[in-house]
Amino acid sequence: MPHEPLTPADVAHLAHLARINLPADSLGHYADQLDAILDAVSRVAEVAAEEVPPMSHPQDIANVTRADVVVEGLTRDDALAAAPAVEDDRFRVPRILEDAE
Amino acid sequence: MSATSAEALVDYDDAVARYQPVLGLEVHVELNTASKMFCGCSTTFGAEPNTQVCPTCLGLPGSLPVVNHDAVESAIRMGLALNCDIAPWGRFARKNYFYPDMPKDYQISQYDEPLCVDGWLDVTVPGIDGAESTVVRVGIERVHMEEDTGKLTHAGGATGRIHGADYSLVDYNRAGVPLIEIVTKPVTGTGALAPEVAKAYVTELRELMRALGVSDVRMEQGSLRCDANVSIAPADAVEWGTRTETKNVNSLRSVERAVRYEIRRQAGVLDAGGTITQETRHFHEDDGTTTPGRSKETAEDYRYFPDPDLVPVAPALDYVERLRTTMPESPAVRRERLRAEWGLSEFDMASVINAGALDLVVATIAEGADHAGARKWWLGELAREANERGVGLADLPVTPADVAAVESMVGAGRLNDKLARQVFAGLLAGEGSPEEIIAARGLEVVSDEGVLVAAVDDVIAANPDVAQKIRDGKVAAAGALIGQVMKATKGKADAGRVRELILERLEA
Amino acid sequence: MSPTADLTRLSALDLAAAMAAGEVSSVEITQAHLDRIEAVEPKVHAFLHVDPEGALASAASVDARRAAGEDLPALAGVPVAVKDVLATRGTPTTCGSAILRGWRPPYDATVVRKIREAGLVILGKTNMDEFAMGSSTEHSAYGPTRNPWDLERIPGGSSGGSAAAVASYSAPLSIGTDTGGSIRQPAALTGTVGVKPTYGGVSRYGLVALASSLDQAGPFARTVLDAAMLHEAIAGHDPLDSTSIDAAVPPVVEAALSGDVDGMRIGLVRQLRGEGFQPGVQARFDEAVDLLASKGAIVTEVDLPHAEYALAAYYLILPSECSSNLAKFDGMRFGLRVGDDGQRSASEVMSLTRDEGFGPEVKRRIMLGTYALSKGYYDAYYGQAQKVRTLIARDFAEAFARVDVVLTPTAPTTAFRLGEKLDDPVAMYLNDIATIPANLAGIPGMSVPVGLAAEDGLPVGLQIMAPAMADDRLYQVGAALEAGLVELYGHTTIEEAPQL
Repeated sequence: MPHEPLTPADVAHLAHLARINLPADSLGHYADQLDAILDAVSRVAEVAAEEVPPMSHPQDIANVTRADVVVEGLTRDDALAAAPAVEDDRFRVPRILEDAE
Repeated sequence: MSATSAEALVDYDDAVARYQPVLGLEVHVELNTASKMFCGCSTTFGAEPNTQVCPTCLGLPGSLPVVNHDAVESAIRMGLALNCDIAPWGRFARKNYFYPDMPKDYQISQYDEPLCVDGWLDVTVPGIDGAESTVVRVGIERVHMEEDTGKLTHAGGATGRIHGADYSLVDYNRAGVPLIEIVTKPVTGTGALAPEVAKAYVTELRELMRALGVSDVRMEQGSLRCDANVSIAPADAVEWGTRTETKNVNSLRSVERAVRYEIRRQAGVLDAGGTITQETRHFHEDDGTTTPGRSKETAEDYRYFPDPDLVPVAPALDYVERLRTTMPESPAVRRERLRAEWGLSEFDMASVINAGALDLVVATIAEGADHAGARKWWLGELAREANERGVGLADLPVTPADVAAVESMVGAGRLNDKLARQVFAGLLAGEGSPEEIIAARGLEVVSDEGVLVAAVDDVIAANPDVAQKIRDGKVAAAGALIGQVMKATKGKADAGRVRELILERLEA
Repeated sequence: MSPTADLTRLSALDLAAAMAAGEVSSVEITQAHLDRIEAVEPKVHAFLHVDPEGALASAASVDARRAAGEDLPALAGVPVAVKDVLATRGTPTTCGSAILRGWRPPYDATVVRKIREAGLVILGKTNMDEFAMGSSTEHSAYGPTRNPWDLERIPGGSSGGSAAAVASYSAPLSIGTDTGGSIRQPAALTGTVGVKPTYGGVSRYGLVALASSLDQAGPFARTVLDAAMLHEAIAGHDPLDSTSIDAAVPPVVEAALSGDVDGMRIGLVRQLRGEGFQPGVQARFDEAVDLLASKGAIVTEVDLPHAEYALAAYYLILPSECSSNLAKFDGMRFGLRVGDDGQRSASEVMSLTRDEGFGPEVKRRIMLGTYALSKGYYDAYYGQAQKVRTLIARDFAEAFARVDVVLTPTAPTTAFRLGEKLDDPVAMYLNDIATIPANLAGIPGMSVPVGLAAEDGLPVGLQIMAPAMADDRLYQVGAALEAGLVELYGHTTIEEAPQL
């Protein structure tokens, strides 16, 4: 599938969705590299016909479940050990500006 | 935060006279499984922060989800109860967005391929002031499963709210608790009843989930959350209006208030020649208003794709049929059956339901009481006490067996109503069984006929005027003498028997 | 040669036998390998973290159990190195990324748990391309690993550290992971045996995901039988991994011991040989095929008509899954956090953390995956790639209807020089052209060394692929080749490796 070349603005949008603070002067470089890769991978459209089912998984299995049984998890110390910041036994995170879902 | 004064609200009756509302309700309910959706951590409410977590629900690198069998079964049973088709095959997808309360920065959800689709639920909107009740069929778009997020506490700033906070704290105990989301089709044609329909729908869902035993639906713990989509359009319009989505409306009363407020607010905007913005709004419990949420900088793009860590859910036909045959009687059918059995009016039945007393009354009857006696105590004395304590009836330290026992003693004349109330006071104070309380408090009715007759004769002798009135046929005057006999026996006489004796002695 | 240096030259099997015979202790063996690591690490840099205390304690524990007369698993007391992408409780696990610098997981991966249960002694964690993205181990935030055969060359990747550890005799065994060739290609480039088991054959629990539907952990060793023993130790159903296959482990050790290929039908993939493959690589491959034919194998040609699309599909599926898998590295719960000055928002801190914590290749693939899953592009990219995956799986199914195993050269070239392909992602991606189809189809693959390329004297690997859960066939063919080459040359390929 031929694709529209990515603009630096497109890359900035992707970078925001992916939460990567790319420096403004690198956006053009990333756009070029992503374009080159997209050119190469766009070949998938050549063969994938309508009637071919998509394969999301290498196995054809279903209904793998576990019994509803409580299993001991981590101690609180283990849970919090790697946290960059902790307060009142909770993970401390910077202020949140956007609404939750 | 409160509504800006720029938004003029239209009087509700005026608004619904000129505009037709369309509703859409999305209800999220936490299931009452013992363990989480994708890991074995406990779901018990109220534990110390971050003590019910493991690598999976903390989203630690390398961890993997495994589906909780009972959560899937609960969702299917809910779908069956809502008259849905059960999908023969579906996958969990990842909904990708960054948020600190979501450990993996994606939520596992059946959004794309829901387990249950295309159902309905009949809800009854009670008539006001004796008017006929109205039954509205609410279409169900789908029921799908997902996982809950962690709990944020906002620190610093003045309000404790998210906006203006200096930073936030996260407890992941709730992260990964199984949720089902029930989404209605657009509900049209309700007219002025829209807010009541919304409330009745959520109420009915709650009853249904309790009857199925899939959720405890403790709204005060946030286990049921409702998003209300509301739009209005001029009464003669063909197309619907632009909708707003009011998030996290967390009580039955709030559902009604939020819908009512949005109808009035939107009517105000349209009346002023404005247009409705499609947006997310927040409901404020304190003043019943809604305000716009903070919109995201960029258009939402959740990049859904099938979660490669999970395999499809494919409920076999015979399994679904087996679940269908073991479905309990629906709350609506059960209510109607009991109402007929007890010979109650819709209004009286509604009082039982609204008091949350139905199951207790049924249990009390099973213990041997009749329905009138059972209703009398649960809806009277005990409802008052529960209300004062701010708890549910079932949370009182009084069992249906206690109520049945007291009621049977009243029926046998061992207790009168006054003494019975004292027995309940003892039960509520945790003084033991009814028998123990009667013994300890000395509450037995005076049943020695000789003592009673003497007391009656004393009272008649002391009140010749009243006695004469009764002899003359003014039987109602007996009340004054009964009161005095009761006083003389320190309230332990059977008032019915005292009345009989007085009339007997005066040959009235 | 000192007595301890001798110990590092032995196979895992021989080490186990020597311990069982009471000739040597696990502590002695472990110390010998720790000494070897100390000697060669400055040149090779195969490890990100060496754990002498932990290793010697495990070894002492095995020795004590043996002394107490306990019946021990076959590999008890044998050292092993583990790729730093598998969670090890209490010891650093970085995935070769700065974003996880210093992270110590509070839990063990299932593979690690099984390794411990087998009494294997974990020497340390091996270097890798950051989050397993790469084919050279140059994309490690902690510096590249060098190929023991030529220190100016890359060892392959992403499991370059695990391959180099075994090739440099720093460990007799190691664990790698393979998403598109990350075990087989470095095995080929270092003259070692490397196996990607059937998808679902080895638990992924605790394997930090790159692409969940493609990742699989597997063994490296210097002999086919050693690889089989390690494979058997780590494989098997795991209820913590929904994609783990609930079936018996294929009889890999038995197959490695037999090495019988008489009457076995072998298919050469028409599309994955000749053009694009280095002449010396192709020559060794052809020689190996002749060797198998001489042992009674029936050699035919098979087609994988859609193999040419595998690379394109792979570079859509992998970035898509990885863009989501790597979202959790946001600086909120663990790992690096950058720019939290009390003023910046959570979203800003996440973005700063991820910009600083991820290397360029990781960012490139996350961006690519974010694009491929976006509204309006999903069907054209991710959706189409999934269909190609179906076509490739069908190709294999047809091939395996005619033959028992399929062979290709593992990699198109021998080891290239450091920096040679670093600035050309697409050229780097071509390294995996022959290995990627097996990941897409979920089938097992092995790279077994088949001698040195004439033009550069560097090792060449031959890839064997079999149907899902027929991993034993890999070992049957691999063992036959190994034995045949010893008959031919008098020694195995790895024995020609420089002593360093």
